[in-house]
Amino acid sequence: MNHAWLEKNSIFLLIGIILVVAIGGAVEIAPLFWVTGTVEKVSGMRPYTPLELEGRNIYVREGCYGCHSQQIRTLRDEVERYGHYSLAAESMFDHPFQWGSERTGPDLARVGGKYSDQWQQAHMIDPRAVVPESIMPPYKFLFSTPLDYRDIKNMLVANKDVGVPYTADQIAHAKADLEAQADPNTDGLDDFQKRYAKAQARDFDGDPARITEGDALIAYLQMLGTLVDFKTYHASAPENRR
Amino acid sequence: MRAEVAQSPWRFDHFVVPLTIFLGLAASLAEAARSPDPRMVVQAWTFGACMAAIGVWYMWMYAGRTPDDEKQKYADAVVKAGVGASMFWGIAGMLVGVIIALQLSFPHWFYFADLPWTNFGRLRPLHTSAVIFAFGGNVLIATSFYVVQRTCHARLFGGSLSWLVFWGYNTFIVLAGTGYLLGITEGREYAEPEWYADLWLTVIWVCYLVTFLGTLIKRKEPHIYVANWFYLAFIVTIAVLHIVNNLSMPVSLLETKSYSLFSGVQDALTQWWYGHNAVGFFLTAGFLGIMYYFIPKRAERPVYSYRLSIIHFWSLIFIYIWAGPHHLLYTALPEWAQTLGMTFSIILWMPSWGGMINGLMTLSGAWDKLRTDPVLRMLVVSVAFYGMATFEGPAMSIKAVNALSHYTNWTIGHVHSGALGWVGYVSFGALYCLVPWLWKKKLYSNTLVEWHFWISTLGIVLYITSMWVAGIMQGLMWRAYNEFGFLEYAFSEVVQSMHPYYIIRALGGLLYLAGTLIMAFNLWKTIRSGVPATVPAAALAAEAV
Repeated sequence: MNHAWLEKNSIFLLIGIILVVAIGGAVEIAPLFWVTGTVEKVSGMRPYTPLELEGRNIYVREGCYGCHSQQIRTLRDEVERYGHYSLAAESMFDHPFQWGSERTGPDLARVGGKYSDQWQQAHMIDPRAVVPESIMPPYKFLFSTPLDYRDIKNMLVANKDVGVPYTADQIAHAKADLEAQADPNTDGLDDFQKRYAKAQARDFDGDPARITEGDALIAYLQMLGTLVDFKTYHASAPENRR
Repeated sequence: MRAEVAQSPWRFDHFVVPLTIFLGLAASLAEAARSPDPRMVVQAWTFGACMAAIGVWYMWMYAGRTPDDEKQKYADAVVKAGVGASMFWGIAGMLVGVIIALQLSFPHWFYFADLPWTNFGRLRPLHTSAVIFAFGGNVLIATSFYVVQRTCHARLFGGSLSWLVFWGYNTFIVLAGTGYLLGITEGREYAEPEWYADLWLTVIWVCYLVTFLGTLIKRKEPHIYVANWFYLAFIVTIAVLHIVNNLSMPVSLLETKSYSLFSGVQDALTQWWYGHNAVGFFLTAGFLGIMYYFIPKRAERPVYSYRLSIIHFWSLIFIYIWAGPHHLLYTALPEWAQTLGMTFSIILWMPSWGGMINGLMTLSGAWDKLRTDPVLRMLVVSVAFYGMATFEGPAMSIKAVNALSHYTNWTIGHVHSGALGWVGYVSFGALYCLVPWLWKKKLYSNTLVEWHFWISTLGIVLYITSMWVAGIMQGLMWRAYNEFGFLEYAFSEVVQSMHPYYIIRALGGLLYLAGTLIMAFNLWKTIRSGVPATVPAAALAAEAV
């Protein structure tokens, strides 16, 4: 073919470029939406509770992904340091994903339950008071900022719109569920725990009088990586081989 | 021509540009009045103020008169504005980079517990966006407007549409940057701006494409010059990447927050398809357009090989798009996609070096100019850094290497050898060419260019060597086992051992920033008090002092 033809026709040059760059993306990305086994079949995964979702919003807002990954690779030292390697299923409700690309700080994919709420509070208020070598910024303000959850119902609806299987019941009770999780003395606790299996409900930030951003973030951190039941997950089962 | 403009009863840009500004202003006032989200209100006022300022400026420029610039053969005023914006954002972005480097070096001094907006997590996207999109983007817009006019022998298509591209793009930067400080982010690297900023950028980018493509269509040269192929590929592909990767569902039209359309593994690959090709098409193809125009022009030699240009172009844009999965090796991404990504990343070495050879060999017969012309030296060294970074990249994409390098500072070092060495230097070289050409002045001082070159080169060397050592050390410490078969180091011990390297890195960044300040001073003096060029601009460019 004579290349001069493309050099003389702007529109064909444009079309040529679009065709050439479309191939790679189409071949690599499109199959992920329909090849079975891209996301493993696991038991235990559920959508985030309203309080955890708010916590996740804060995690995103503060740019935690700039320093913390949430993706344990299939390498021996990572599995020994952080726990079972991450499954695709574990982030299937994550809009957006927060796998990260840097470990200036440690991986957080399975940080849930590793430290007490008190440790998390102290560490976020003044990281170097707990870990002298730390270079993490201080997040003291989270514990003095009341959580703004006027929009929590719409947040669940938006997540449902992009594919997270929130039920009508969960959406209708979003606000009550959020309050029940942060203050287990309210009446809604039983209903909340029926709607969200294995959800932990307590005062997370050490200040029972109010719901702060600290409550939400710690609630999120304390559930990270704890949902999948690895007793029932078999990596070598045919449906999980990828 | 002048009479033609004055008599013309209707020009589409005199309708489209004010309408866009008006709609932008109306939308921001509606958001400011109705939104219950305080951060959205701040964003709306910021955007509204930008729209109002642009609107007033536009009326002052165009109401009842024809600006002087429209009487010239080429639209150069918008290019001059782009040069100024590039310098401003370059200094701002690099300064933020130095600040966050200091935060990691001296957390006791550079963090403020009561000022959330100064935290690393919010400043880091400010740094990356300011240097990539604000500095790099303005350089690309300015140089592409300059190059497409000269190589097509045609004035920019669309009249004042190019001004909407310039002001609209910079408004996007302001909206995104102030948003990060407020904590407004979509949480995906290099694609942080929220849905409304993304929508605005889409409008502006379409105007950019229309301006550029329109100029190509009305060209008076039979052939489209190679630099324009690269600019066109950059503009079109960035449009596709931007739209697909930013598909998201806002919580409400009055709220800043949105949730991405894709989740988990699909979101990860879409994001790194975007992220890697922001490197491939924004930071590579676009700047290769600069290389293909400014190096031949400055060296006064034709491009080394026409055939190599063709092979370089099509193979580069075809292969780059596949390389995204190398950001996700050993993760939950299916194995076949990882392998495909790694394979194409290694293949990518070839077209990259093809381009490097084409750029460097253009100097054939003119190598002596490197001794006397520091601007040409800067351009050539940028191509050398391009070659180095595009060799390192494929090497790091090999799974066994990536197992060590991923998540470490080696990646940071790699990115900066490309960003400081290639993108930075090729941009500086182009700006040192453009200012004397556009303002028809002699460059104020070649000695200062020498100082800029050597100070910033020292900065780059300190930066990348410290990050190499830090990154490899970090990777080795994470995987080290002691004699009893346990992990040797706690994570905090690895953090602690990074301390000296973080300090060296901050020093390197500081030197690079100092070089840029020297350049800003030099260019400012050239414009303000420089000696008018007595020879034609093109000849002046080649004059080696």
